[in-house]
Amino acid sequence: MPIPHAGVVKPGTSRATKTGSWRVQRPVFLHKECIGCRQCVYVCPEGCIVGEGKEYNADLDYCKGCGLCAAVCPKKDIEMRAEEQ
Amino acid sequence: MKRVMEGSMGVSEMVRLCRPKVVAAYPITPQTHIVENLSQFVANGQLQAEFVNVESEFSAASVVLGASATGVRSYTATSSQGMLLMNEVVYNIAGLRLPVVMTLANRAISPPLSIWNDWQDSLSVRDAGWIQLYAEDNQEAADMHVQAYRIGEDPRVALPVMVCMDGFILTHAFEPIDIPEQAEVDAFLPEYQPLYKLDPADPVTVGAFMEPDKYMEARYLIHQAVAQAAPVVEEVAESFRAAFGRYQGGLVDAYRCEDAEVIFVTLGTLASVAKSAADQMREAGKRAGVLRIRCYRPFPTKQIRQILGKGAKVAVLEKALALGVGSIIAPEIRNALYGSDTPVNGYILGLGGRDVPPATLERIFDHAAAGRSADGLFVDLKAEHLGDEAFAAWQAQWKE
Repeated sequence: MPIPHAGVVKPGTSRATKTGSWRVQRPVFLHKECIGCRQCVYVCPEGCIVGEGKEYNADLDYCKGCGLCAAVCPKKDIEMRAEEQ
Repeated sequence: MKRVMEGSMGVSEMVRLCRPKVVAAYPITPQTHIVENLSQFVANGQLQAEFVNVESEFSAASVVLGASATGVRSYTATSSQGMLLMNEVVYNIAGLRLPVVMTLANRAISPPLSIWNDWQDSLSVRDAGWIQLYAEDNQEAADMHVQAYRIGEDPRVALPVMVCMDGFILTHAFEPIDIPEQAEVDAFLPEYQPLYKLDPADPVTVGAFMEPDKYMEARYLIHQAVAQAAPVVEEVAESFRAAFGRYQGGLVDAYRCEDAEVIFVTLGTLASVAKSAADQMREAGKRAGVLRIRCYRPFPTKQIRQILGKGAKVAVLEKALALGVGSIIAPEIRNALYGSDTPVNGYILGLGGRDVPPATLERIFDHAAAGRSADGLFVDLKAEHLGDEAFAAWQAQWKE
């Protein structure tokens, strides 16, 4: 997208700009042991974990791979895997 | 109407006629009279503007940045350390493409403390993205402000403009200055039409974060914008001539350069000393010419190549220096003449208000005409203040 005059932009650029490229590890939601406690949703600093019931996933367009969701999961149902895999 | 007035008053009168909506400034010699007059105009009801008293130059620049971002014409002025304190905001104003106009009453940088004139302050921000104009006399200094708003606010430009005028030499000198009627200025300078503005009803983000994949393109675009302002500076000088009957040059002002043996290249009031010295030298058979750079940013590369590079030796006269290196402007002239064999000498003179008499310029003429080379060569140093050893070393530089 061409840069507008003086770089002035309308609100909402955080959604338009994909920031997930920083990530070196990605969370993999195994969907085996999930009890629907939503701890991963609450702890995610990017607010990019979406889902309902017992099925959640990270939006990898924005996920930075910080690993908080995997660390907080009481059922160890989220695994961090290196991006190159 | 033509009246005898102080240079600062001429600038204030002209700025008043440009109808800025916001003026903010912090007093610093030799700029103070300009904004003092403007505050008086606001108090008297002669200028419908908000005059914001601030606690520092940093705030003054921040206020005019904010005002300009809300879509109104704004104005400030400063000198020397005030310019340095503004530095961060100066870059922001340019990066946000806000057509603020600022008068810089050129003054030396301390320490040692000096209130007197040189160009170290404005040359220190030559790469900030502002258009820089340098005035030779008070009529031009006053006229340049009307031109500055018209140039900066042109949608093809959208950049801030710094009008540089030599402190004391112009700001405190009384000369006849022709101040036009309000209607004439209104016709030349229509109301500012911003390309964007801050408005709570239609929010935008300015100065947004750009990741490495975009930042470079953003810098390229502003670089292009400064370079492309060059024809607009010339166009506006021509329109000003048509409207007011005065023309002091476009990007440059060439004086007796056609057949010159040595051409002095300089800025501001030093050009008028050089022109008068050139006339005197020509009576003694020394063919001197003067190329005054009226617009230093964007740099008039094309005009310099046209006027210089025809066989005349070039002596660049600078009231500033790059410490430990030498000349600031001379290397840019050499760069503009890349590929030509024109010798370009750089001389440092007039720092901190040191007088530059015509005899000094004749010494420089002789030095350059003799084919000697110089870059950052100091002129007229005094033995009693240097000590014998340093003085002898400096004298030896003149014989290299």
